Amino acid sequence: MLSKRVIACLDVRDGKLAKSVKFVDTKDIGDPVQKAREYYEDGLDELVFYDITASSDKRRIMLDVVERVAEQVFIPLSVGGGVRSVADATDLRLAGAEKINVNSAAVQRPELISECAEAIGNQNVVLSMDVLRVAVSAQIPSGYEIVINGGRKPMGIDALWWAREGERLGAGELVVNSIDADGTREGYELNLTSRISKAVRIPVIASGGAGLPEHLYDVLTDGAADAALVASMVHYGDHRISGLKQYLHGRGVKVRMSW
Amino acid sequence: MSLAASLAAAIVDYDAGNLRSVQRACHEVGLNAEIVGDPESLLRADRVIFPGVGAAGAAMQSLHRRGLGSAIKEIIARGTPTLGICLGLQISLDYSEENDTHTLGLFAGNVRHFKLADPSLKVPHMGWNEVRSVKAHPLLQGLEAGDEFYYVHAYYPDPIERSIVYAVSDYEQEFACALGRDNYFATQFHPEKSGRVGLRLLKCFSTWEGTC
Repeated sequence: MLSKRVIACLDVRDGKLAKSVKFVDTKDIGDPVQKAREYYEDGLDELVFYDITASSDKRRIMLDVVERVAEQVFIPLSVGGGVRSVADATDLRLAGAEKINVNSAAVQRPELISECAEAIGNQNVVLSMDVLRVAVSAQIPSGYEIVINGGRKPMGIDALWWAREGERLGAGELVVNSIDADGTREGYELNLTSRISKAVRIPVIASGGAGLPEHLYDVLTDGAADAALVASMVHYGDHRISGLKQYLHGRGVKVRMSW
Repeated sequence: MSLAASLAAAIVDYDAGNLRSVQRACHEVGLNAEIVGDPESLLRADRVIFPGVGAAGAAMQSLHRRGLGSAIKEIIARGTPTLGICLGLQISLDYSEENDTHTLGLFAGNVRHFKLADPSLKVPHMGWNEVRSVKAHPLLQGLEAGDEFYYVHAYYPDPIERSIVYAVSDYEQEFACALGRDNYFATQFHPEKSGRVGLRLLKCFSTWEGTC
């Protein structure tokens, strides 16, 4: 039986972790490579890097980070943030990323999904979608709207429709990030996650809102997610990857316990 | 890069995916593997890794165009220790339902698309799943109950002879995930992306003499 995955997301700006991390050993504060290695050794199933570097001339720094991580972390590595073309995707793949996340650029130009799928294979194209809860309308029948540019710009696109469209265009997996839940640490958006997961046949990764181990349990059961993304709850040392997996295992969720 | 008479290990490049993750994992276990795309280099290698991600149809066309199909058959026939991974395993059977493709025929059997009754199960089968050994093999040395490997695939191998099946996994149905005969061993999962247990398999391969 397939295990549910625990995935850690690291936001990287100019080659450093965007949120400062309180390490016990202060020597390596903010080094994404060390953090990746630490999570890998603690049982992480998959790693996502999100490049939030503002200027494109600093992109090379991110490629170096990916390369250094790929040399010492032997689990799937996914990278996103600012991917606008097949060339961007290919550069990251050569640096060592397995999967490429597309987000805003795919909303503005959906062919990007099919172009990437053609170039690097469907299974390696992850459509990451930022979703905001809105009033139900003729245009947004699900009451969930796609937003871009870090949640600032509503696009008038229904999230459920976009999830199916992304699958049709060749995405191999979806990341569903709830803007409402993001940063609250009060739990994932279960209704959104479960409605999207049941609307597609590709795996769905829940993102946004994780603060406690039971939040992962909820989204992997009631939320019908195939994987749960965690960020600040592990970055600040409140929880460990191995502890989260122990908890899920104890409550009967199938997760990888041998590493 | 040395042009010595022999290569410690060759990773077969036939335009089927990013091979550097396989190469990095080999380096991690001390196996000096080079990515090669021509039959001559392949024939000079002491051991060969035949990986691959992508579609069976395009992969077979690329293998034939590069003259690699017959080279792979030759290295296996002459006893070179060889490890197939994912698509490498799939195109080792006779036929794949993917793109209706006739494949290399190193193992008798077909590759079939997952047809699952449970609508909550996703295709591709993507993620970590337990690999259960059904027969001892030098490359599965150290495998324990509960060990999981990373998978990404929508098609699965369905070999005719059960005697070549060394390990199985379950995804609604049981399927063969490791096949072997003599000096050839092939896995549906990705050892290069499976953490410590995957590196252990590659480490075993780095010194394997090609017997089972």
